[in-house]
Amino acid sequence: MTKLRSDGGRLPLRAAGVALVVCLLAVSAACSRGKAPSKNVIQDTGSDTMVNLAQAWAEEYAKVDPSVSVEVSGGGSGTGIAALIEGTVDIANCSRSVEPQEVAQAKKNTGKEPREFKVGYDALAVYVHKNNPMTDITFEQLAQIYGEGETVTKWSQLGVKMPAGADEIIRVSRQSNSGTYAYFREAVLGKGRDFKLGSRDMQGSKDVVELVSKTPQAIGYSGMGYATPEVKMLHVARKAGDQFYAPTVENTLNHTYPIARPLFMYTLGEPSGGVKKYMDWVHSDAGQQIVVKSGYVPLPRGGDTAK
Amino acid sequence: MQHRRRWELVVEKGIEALIRLCGISAIVFVFGIFFFVFREGAGFLVHGFNPREFFTSVEWYPTSQSHVRYGVLALIAGTAGVTALAMAIAVPFGIGSAIFISEFCGVRAKETLKIVIELLAAIPSVVWGFIGLTVMNPLIMRLFGAPIGLNVLNGGVILALMSVPIIVSIGEDALKAVPDSYREAGLALGVTRWQLVHRVLLPAAKNGLLAAVLLGVGRAVGETMAVLMATGHAVKIPTSVMDSVRTLTATIAAELGEAPVHSDHYQVLFIIGILLFMITFVVNLTADLVVRGIRNR
Repeated sequence: MTKLRSDGGRLPLRAAGVALVVCLLAVSAACSRGKAPSKNVIQDTGSDTMVNLAQAWAEEYAKVDPSVSVEVSGGGSGTGIAALIEGTVDIANCSRSVEPQEVAQAKKNTGKEPREFKVGYDALAVYVHKNNPMTDITFEQLAQIYGEGETVTKWSQLGVKMPAGADEIIRVSRQSNSGTYAYFREAVLGKGRDFKLGSRDMQGSKDVVELVSKTPQAIGYSGMGYATPEVKMLHVARKAGDQFYAPTVENTLNHTYPIARPLFMYTLGEPSGGVKKYMDWVHSDAGQQIVVKSGYVPLPRGGDTAK
Repeated sequence: MQHRRRWELVVEKGIEALIRLCGISAIVFVFGIFFFVFREGAGFLVHGFNPREFFTSVEWYPTSQSHVRYGVLALIAGTAGVTALAMAIAVPFGIGSAIFISEFCGVRAKETLKIVIELLAAIPSVVWGFIGLTVMNPLIMRLFGAPIGLNVLNGGVILALMSVPIIVSIGEDALKAVPDSYREAGLALGVTRWQLVHRVLLPAAKNGLLAAVLLGVGRAVGETMAVLMATGHAVKIPTSVMDSVRTLTATIAAELGEAPVHSDHYQVLFIIGILLFMITFVVNLTADLVVRGIRNR
């Protein structure tokens, strides 16, 4: 289900998924009322960047505690928060922090305040096709490519020599409610600025990398965990003259890579019971190992130093 | 005996009422759908909605932090562009196939063709989208040297393939409805087969054929998943068939899941739904009036 969902058929699948979940919940509620404790289900929804990671956690946790099953679905950070506000999930995955208005909404709707857990880091990588000669990029250049009102549309304007006739930059972006979109907008374009219209807005993190890997003239941004051999991750600097850094674990933890962001899980109020146990396990060494395996950056040991 | 007949009468009345209920339920459902879609969008439609910006601006920034703008002109242009291209491909093919199936081929070929065309209609739209993404995309890049193959052409071809079955089956019905006496009269006058089709059958069936085309248009306008995957999803007024576009339907599919319920963004997506509802309503109404035109002639 989640695998399929990260492809195209999101809406109908989501509707089916919601229906299924509702049925499952109804059934499990009916069962647990009558009989001895049945299987505990933790609902975990949200960020597309984190969906593979969350799935990996869920699978591993099934071995640690077989009495609990964690059901993961993607759809985007906005979806997760929206579900949290509605009170229909236990955990919302989010690749940005919640906005004050969302906290207020959740409080109004459910009476509880979302509790934030930092569970790892993601360096937001800037991807180009593997044959693109470019290796470094600055925030200014990124803003020139992506920002509203900017006029850079050709690789030659950035001093990149592409093969003849292949000069146009194909901008790949994300749909407007994605946490990755929001983070990139704020971090790179600056507060209050918007994206230039006309970019190819992809549904998922994976779709961005996939499109870039098939399109020699493309540039896109997505989580570092989605890298493939077909694409190249550019080294990034805040401004011209600064040193360029690659999106790696070390550069993320020592703050040198400039577009790294924390990944969050949110619960409604202080978690208890199975959800608390699960969150503790996610923060444990075993849980953080999986962050590494999924291509992301684990929380630093012995306290949180980054950001 | 008497008793039994009365019982049968009651059963018959009951069945009649049931069938009437089934018929009326369709009306109830359509109005129900319209009511619920309208209700979700109504709040914003009444206060805060700016029809001038909505219809004339190309700026679609539903989540901007500084200046939220809801302009759907580019989305309308994208929908229109993809639909127009799809029809430019599907109409000649569809009507041509309908003429061939109804007038020119033998019984065996006819049955085979009909089955194959119905199979075409049975392919789910997400599979069409997948074909657009994985087969058409590299093909267009190679054949036309386009920087990216997700564009109007890709979406148009996919939609054309999806609307051809409807045009063929309804077009064939329209041709079949032309009385055989027309054909016999034509042949008696010594016309060739082509003259028969061109001068007799097409004029006689023209309203039915137009209805077939308009239903094909309705299919193309309302299609979501395939265009979402095949058109590149870029907010832009297309200037050539190699431009990526975004359609109204794809915008709803892509953004509704992530828009917080009852926010402005959410309501504007429902207003787009109302707009689509009205477009397909007008197309279907036109098709219906045209078909009624046949009967009154």
